[in-house]
Amino acid sequence: MAPLEAPVEKWTGKIRELKLGSGGRKTITVGGGTTLPFVKFEGAQPHRPAIAIEVQDKEPTDWSEFLVSAWGDALKNPGAWAKKAAEFGADLLYIRLASAHPEASNTGAAQAKKSASEVLSAVDLPVIFVGPDVAEKDNEVLVAVSDVAKGQRVGLGNCVEKNYKTIAATCMADGHVAIAKTPIEINLAKQLNILLSDVGLSPDSILMDPTTGALGYGLEYTYSVMERLRLAALMGDGMTSMPMICTAGEESWRQKESKATLDVPQAWGDNQERSLIWENVTAISLLAAGADILVLRHPKTVVTVKAALDKSF
Amino acid sequence: MALTGIEIYKYLPKTNCKKCNFPTCLAFAMKVAARVVDITACPDLSAQSKAALESAGRPPIRLVKFGGDTHKVEVGNETVMFRHEKTFYHPPAIMVRIKDTASKEDIAKLVDEVGGYQVERVGMKLTMDGFAVENASKDQARFLEAVETVLAKSGLAVALMSDNPATMDAAVAKAAARKPVVYAATKENWSGMADIAKKHSCPLVVRDSSGLENLVALSEKVAQAGIEDIILDPGVDSFKSSIDSLTEIRRLALKKNFRPLGFPVMTFPGVQAKTTEEEAALAAEQISKYSSVVVLEHFSPALAYPLLTLRLNIYTDPQKPIQMAAGIYEVGAPKPDSPLCITTNFSLTYFSVAGEIEASGVPSWLLICDTEGLSVLTAWAAGKFDAERIAKAVKQFNVADKISHKSIVLPGKVAVLRGELEEELSGWKVLVGPMEAMDVGGYFKKTWKP
Repeated sequence: MAPLEAPVEKWTGKIRELKLGSGGRKTITVGGGTTLPFVKFEGAQPHRPAIAIEVQDKEPTDWSEFLVSAWGDALKNPGAWAKKAAEFGADLLYIRLASAHPEASNTGAAQAKKSASEVLSAVDLPVIFVGPDVAEKDNEVLVAVSDVAKGQRVGLGNCVEKNYKTIAATCMADGHVAIAKTPIEINLAKQLNILLSDVGLSPDSILMDPTTGALGYGLEYTYSVMERLRLAALMGDGMTSMPMICTAGEESWRQKESKATLDVPQAWGDNQERSLIWENVTAISLLAAGADILVLRHPKTVVTVKAALDKSF
Repeated sequence: MALTGIEIYKYLPKTNCKKCNFPTCLAFAMKVAARVVDITACPDLSAQSKAALESAGRPPIRLVKFGGDTHKVEVGNETVMFRHEKTFYHPPAIMVRIKDTASKEDIAKLVDEVGGYQVERVGMKLTMDGFAVENASKDQARFLEAVETVLAKSGLAVALMSDNPATMDAAVAKAAARKPVVYAATKENWSGMADIAKKHSCPLVVRDSSGLENLVALSEKVAQAGIEDIILDPGVDSFKSSIDSLTEIRRLALKKNFRPLGFPVMTFPGVQAKTTEEEAALAAEQISKYSSVVVLEHFSPALAYPLLTLRLNIYTDPQKPIQMAAGIYEVGAPKPDSPLCITTNFSLTYFSVAGEIEASGVPSWLLICDTEGLSVLTAWAAGKFDAERIAKAVKQFNVADKISHKSIVLPGKVAVLRGELEEELSGWKVLVGPMEAMDVGGYFKKTWKP
């Protein structure tokens, strides 16, 4: 029979390319897609999605035993943790400056500089730094980190409506990328991109975090907002075309299904197997929705998702 | 896909004869499109136009049903590419492959496990859909015995897998009351398989992994043989082509109304997987993107629960989030001096908060505010969870009559509402609770004071 005519859409836009890493540091580029994720018959996805591993600057106190046993003593020191993450196959690192949280150790600029330096000298991978997600505190620690990482094009986040000006300014001054985080809403995501661009930050230096809902905890909202952002970008909206980052690991490991080990219903099955699949399924589903960077926690999930990406490209 | 008035008009005689009791053919076409009047009211419609209209009015992806009275499965009839465009209607069936080379005991055990599996989530009971029984031994007696074991031990749906039409015929006859899926017609055996599917009125899978053109050719042959209920197996058992092929199939069906591909799709995500995690990953992708029957190679509760949850998430109607009725709920057996918390009526929010309160061992009052099914932060962002609405709920449900104190715990994520709410609710103390439901227990123990 006659060959099928591929049902291609005529997209006018594309996902922006975003580069992380510079100044002697390894680089990685994400985005650049001219079609929907993994749809090969109508366009290109020149850069495969990247896997970031989450590292914290203090030993987590509430992590699942399965994460703790996978990482061991590396959890006690951000430099050692970063090195191990590189060995486990991370394309880049996502460093959470958790100690700065007012309810944690409430550390400030000095500690942030120290942690950042440790990580930056331990590995040559591209790095993203995020604060404790308390706007004023984020400004303090991120400005400090920005200075230490000057010229190395790291990611700095999270930028929210409250504190975007400071982070945008420091990104412009030191050549970094801003992570713009909005609460699972397409218009808010676009608006923050516009605000950041209006103060002079290049749209090619913005990474969107649409806020991740884990499997069973709002995944479908994130999924659809991401699909809508991606479609808007392909239809030519340059203020929704920034690549997207999803914190799949953090969100799925916070849920009961990954944390509970006592009085677990029988239908939930083996605790470790379920926890791993919970993170894995969250991650894979968000890849299908258009994630450009996935932040993961468990090394085994990194292996599974990387194997999936290897087969996809 | 319903036709528009203009599309229907093209098929009409355009004589404006008024025999249909409408002034013009166009007016009549509009009424047909609105389903006010049937197309047969036009006496001059040609036989060709009638057939064309009938065919064009059919859904672009056919609804295919299988399974017996104890567990009916309906797949297909999807109308959109993306769930936000409307919704996805028919969740994929999730089944488990059983090979007849396994021992009778092992088969019985697996059937019991899968058949009895049930997990509860947001008040819904999620179950598996059935079994794909494969004639891996190539031995007919052995296959029939395996099929009998499956049918006897579980009421779930079945798909029967054999390349041999004679074996298939015998197995389908045994399972006929269960309306099994016949797997599969290939370019070698399609004629015999089509006869069996037709004889027993069962859906027939067409399988060709050598390219969509060949799958189309096979689907057309089977359709010409009189089979209406077709399921497509394009052989996508790897990440390499799954989204690509399944997107192409769905687009051709929905956007081009291409009949030979207007059927639900069946996939086997575990065939190439080296680990359960890999199988889970491809199954997750295929549940997200366009598979209607997902057959797993393994079963374990730890694999089933996340996949069933994903299916529930993706197939939730985005226009109708699952909602709780607004009102005051008792968690545990609260007394007048127990804590009072408020949250939104998004079911997931309710279940998370209620579950954590339950687990904390501190009985509490939980006030649910109507936020049109949005979660806390989303509702707040959308202006549906503000001081005014909360105050209204407090008054509407006579909360003050139930408690001896006058303090209410706000979700930590909307701490910003505190001042405004204290203005709206004069005489009340507004406390700021934890950011996450999971910290409620700690909050009650360490911080809460009315």
